[in-house]
Amino acid sequence: MTGISEPGASRDGYGDALLDLSSDERVVVLEADLGKSTKSCHFRAKYPKRTFCLGIAEQNMALVGAGLAEAGKIPFASTFAIFSERAFEQFRNGIARTGLVVHLCGSHGGMHTGQDGSSAQSTEDLGIFRTLPGMTVLHPCDRNSARSLTRNLIDHDNPSYTRTARNKTREIYSEEEAAALEIGVASELRAGDDATIIACGVMVERSLDAADELAKHGIMARVVDMHTIKPIDKEAVLSAAETGAIVTAEDHSVIGGLGSAIAEILAEECPTKMRMVGVRDKFGESGSPEEIMYKMGLTSDNIVQRVMEIVQKPGRT
Amino acid sequence: MQSQSVEELNASASKCRKRIVDMVYKAKSGHPGGSLSCIDILVALYKGVMRFDSNNPSWDDRDRFIMSKGHASPAVYSILREVGILQDSDLNGFRSLGSVCQGHVDRKWTEGVDFSAGSLGMGLSFGLGSALAARLDGSKRHTWVLLGDGEIQEGQVWEAAMAASHLEVSNLTAIIDKNRIQNDNFVDDQMRVGDIGSKFKSFGWNVININGHDMHEIVSALKDSKTGNGPTAIIASTVKGKGVSYMENNPAFHGAAPNDEQYALAMEELS
Repeated sequence: MTGISEPGASRDGYGDALLDLSSDERVVVLEADLGKSTKSCHFRAKYPKRTFCLGIAEQNMALVGAGLAEAGKIPFASTFAIFSERAFEQFRNGIARTGLVVHLCGSHGGMHTGQDGSSAQSTEDLGIFRTLPGMTVLHPCDRNSARSLTRNLIDHDNPSYTRTARNKTREIYSEEEAAALEIGVASELRAGDDATIIACGVMVERSLDAADELAKHGIMARVVDMHTIKPIDKEAVLSAAETGAIVTAEDHSVIGGLGSAIAEILAEECPTKMRMVGVRDKFGESGSPEEIMYKMGLTSDNIVQRVMEIVQKPGRT
Repeated sequence: MQSQSVEELNASASKCRKRIVDMVYKAKSGHPGGSLSCIDILVALYKGVMRFDSNNPSWDDRDRFIMSKGHASPAVYSILREVGILQDSDLNGFRSLGSVCQGHVDRKWTEGVDFSAGSLGMGLSFGLGSALAARLDGSKRHTWVLLGDGEIQEGQVWEAAMAASHLEVSNLTAIIDKNRIQNDNFVDDQMRVGDIGSKFKSFGWNVININGHDMHEIVSALKDSKTGNGPTAIIASTVKGKGVSYMENNPAFHGAAPNDEQYALAMEELS
């Protein structure tokens, strides 16, 4: 399985997956003038009749998807994460509420999108789509996992929102490892019993770096890739609670996203020391991904620091 | 569905009008005005034009009917009663807990309803999706979308209008129920929509203007709309509250139920 895009960003994995799914005639692709960016352009080039370019009009795109879904098609629509928010009420009333299965992908999500600046840096998308009953919310961390999870949507009975990233990230999963991923089942990337870092998206690679740093201090941190924000893997969260300290890491507002989803479980079922690494109620600005991530407190050092604050085990130096 | 004579269609519409007023009266809430304005069109569709099997409402290859102005749900329920999909007992539960007749039309709750509405401006986009799916399937099924004239203030309607024309969809008809009244007041007072036909025409649509209460004109326009190249908009001039004297052209009955006295008068007038 080799995609035709240049390697590296989770949005490329989305583009790969659409091609993987193309043999299923039910699959149709919807674009809102950003197919080159979200990577649905590769499907469009090969299957123009099953691709609908709807112009810069996301609200219309959402409901065109619903109409296609009602007639038995499986629509994959994409735009920037931020513009998916423009069609939020359409997704609520026209898709999630109606039981129709439309898959929406928002690329260029988070501060990591960088230079385009604050208008593009969606840090609310996971939170708002998570509030919709029956909606599945995914945020894969690399190209291979984005490809695999998107492929899995073909048999999925619920509408979904998937956030992908614009910029390249490290390969976290080999193609073989990624193929074993399941929607709704978290993936443990690093074993450890002193603390657990639960991350999604571009923060997964930073969490692995943080775990390396913590190990130098004798703290063995478990790292969990929570690629499915909803339905969240409750067992993985409760198991993480047994380590006594949980730090969540997301390129998203701490209001409503991954950290909130985990806090909701812990608060009711197993109160556990917890800290969140995420965007603190702020808008971003232009800059390189690394610069803006640093400014917003979204680095591996920030994760290390938050783990240190709550870890039970002495060993800090 | 076997085509019926104009007289038969008008007789069905009369029965549906009574059901509309009855449902809203019993529920003590709902939207009678915009239901009465579009019911002649619904009767013509369901009993005269649409490819539809009342014994198998979920037939895959049926025409799709999208009630975009979802608050006119009493009109939909009354015609679904007329064609035998709903029962009187269903209509009697309108707007009550657990009823198949939800406040706004909802495909999850009501057999024979294709679209879940209630948020204006979304139906034409959905209809475009239906039409594109039919084209991909090589099917002759047609998609009909009914919109209000106030509703077209929503920008999404024009996103859909532009796309339907650009994508050269010929199996899609939009019917505008031009009753000139919206929730708060007359459309011309709230937000003028101007010459609706010219607007659709400039977006590349075929346009047919009709009297939305003349059954002969309605049936002809619906049939003609299937033959043109590209999408067709039927601009139907209607009277809000048509058939009930005190509701006609009265913004107060956009979303209000009649009291006991008004109900009795309406039933008398509709007999």
